[in-house]
Amino acid sequence: MAASILVVAEHFQGHLTDVTFELLGKARELAPALGGQVGVALLGHDVGGLVSELGAADTVYAADRPELREFTPDAYATVLGSAIRHAAPRVVLLGSTSSGLDLLGLLSARLNLPCIDNCTALKIQDGEVVATSQIYGGKLFAEVVLPQPTALVAVAPGMFPVDAGKVSGRPEVAQWPHELGPSETGTSFRRWIEPPAGDVDITKVPVLVAVGRGIQNAENVPQAEELAALLGGAVCGSRPVIDQAWLPKTRQVGKSGMTVKSKLYLALGISGAPEHVEGMRSAELIVAVNKDPQAPIFSVAHYGVVADLFDILPSLTAEIKTRQG
Amino acid sequence: MKIAVLAKQVADLVEGVEIDASGKAVDPTSIRYILSELDDHALEEALLLKERVQARVEVFSLETGEAREALFTALAKGADRVVMVQIGLESAPDNHTTAKVFASVLKGQPYDLILTGVRASDDLDGSLGGLLAGYLDLPYVGLIRKVEVAGDGGTVVVEKEYPGGFAAELEVRLPAVLGIQAAEQPPRYVPVSRLRQVMKTAKLEEATAAVEDIGPLAVRRMYKPEEGKGATMLSGDPDEVARQIADILAERRLLR
Repeated sequence: MAASILVVAEHFQGHLTDVTFELLGKARELAPALGGQVGVALLGHDVGGLVSELGAADTVYAADRPELREFTPDAYATVLGSAIRHAAPRVVLLGSTSSGLDLLGLLSARLNLPCIDNCTALKIQDGEVVATSQIYGGKLFAEVVLPQPTALVAVAPGMFPVDAGKVSGRPEVAQWPHELGPSETGTSFRRWIEPPAGDVDITKVPVLVAVGRGIQNAENVPQAEELAALLGGAVCGSRPVIDQAWLPKTRQVGKSGMTVKSKLYLALGISGAPEHVEGMRSAELIVAVNKDPQAPIFSVAHYGVVADLFDILPSLTAEIKTRQG
Repeated sequence: MKIAVLAKQVADLVEGVEIDASGKAVDPTSIRYILSELDDHALEEALLLKERVQARVEVFSLETGEAREALFTALAKGADRVVMVQIGLESAPDNHTTAKVFASVLKGQPYDLILTGVRASDDLDGSLGGLLAGYLDLPYVGLIRKVEVAGDGGTVVVEKEYPGGFAAELEVRLPAVLGIQAAEQPPRYVPVSRLRQVMKTAKLEEATAAVEDIGPLAVRRMYKPEEGKGATMLSGDPDEVARQIADILAERRLLR
């Protein structure tokens, strides 16, 4: 049976990832208007045990082969490509993640299908599927009507609720013919590299003082560290700060860094690009200081200050010292 | 070893980005163009490889924005050849079109590696590297933070980033396209005097490529997030703002 929406499941170290359930929940919501059927493509090796967690789908398109044990873009794109041709869905949903982003371009070019990345909203309007994508570091949104007959959509993690897709059940398991030749297995997985250990675990610290490009250089970081210490917390940073080696990799928040849910997230000189927001959206209290009134961080913050961080940081540190006596 | 680096011009997000009168596209005159940050990382990784394995590094850019300056900067940093690809368009096309143009330029050329930034801020229709690999029928891996040429020179060993600080080590058969997330060191800096000297003496090659209309995504509407929507904005001089923030923290028992 053809699927109206095909979700590409992601698993990491034996567990389905949150974005898989986010996509499944969204697929279930949209499916009635598109013919009703939700399919999920589950590629891997010895992953049959995950099928019962995919009850939000009607059909699981399962491919189980040793070459698929760990993600490699070419082999996964080849097998998924055949699944997409077989299921002929209106929409293919992937996570805009490490694996999803690799697949999006390869599949779009190989199958000659349109694709959209960084999707933050998806709806049906007058029979059309309308996707909204966040571009220009979160400064603009673009609304696109997804072309017929099949479009690929990579959705930013954390945009849809996880719970809506967490349904246990016994979906039908479908097989389809797929082959992997030597040219599709030119990339091989060798090993996992664990995150560096021995530093503060920023996912467990109640207060985070986060610095972005606005901190300007490594010499200014101690100012943020002083405030973090007063508040019983730690300093973390956005990608550019880590790439410049102003802070160690262990302090990175966002895509391919940590996802934090601290009680306080004080964002200093961080613009709020989607890759960063992905890792801190769920903090309980977000206070942002940025010079640019249009910085997207103010869309996710609870409190905002349009100012140079170097004007606010000394005053705030002094004020907190005073109050702590 | 021969490495091609693809360099895209994108909007400098420190400056504004405005929507044009149609309400469906960015106004190119509102943009200050810069080299896409991750393409700068891709160039840095290529230059690091050049230092380690005597690779030849060639940089390609479409003729948009400040491409000329970016290409001369690449030469000043150590690239061996730079090529500006003219496609007769005033503003940057979408990534599908860009990928097809680069595919036509690179097809059949003896590159072992094609490096590009894993994403750019104007990526609406996927990222360039994956699309290009698909059109050229080459392997692709993105979110790369390290590239090492393996013993026989026929493969590279790469580190691909995953959430939570994890990375996967993969071996990729060459030729291949890689999407770079971060070079192994911050991109090098070129003194203005060196850049000026290169611009006076070096040669920028030009190539032309045909653009086939592949029907880009129909954008129905572009809009900005509502300014400050969601956030309660605090104002006043720094001391007043500091007091307000401290009050908020005290109220939530976040002051020790």
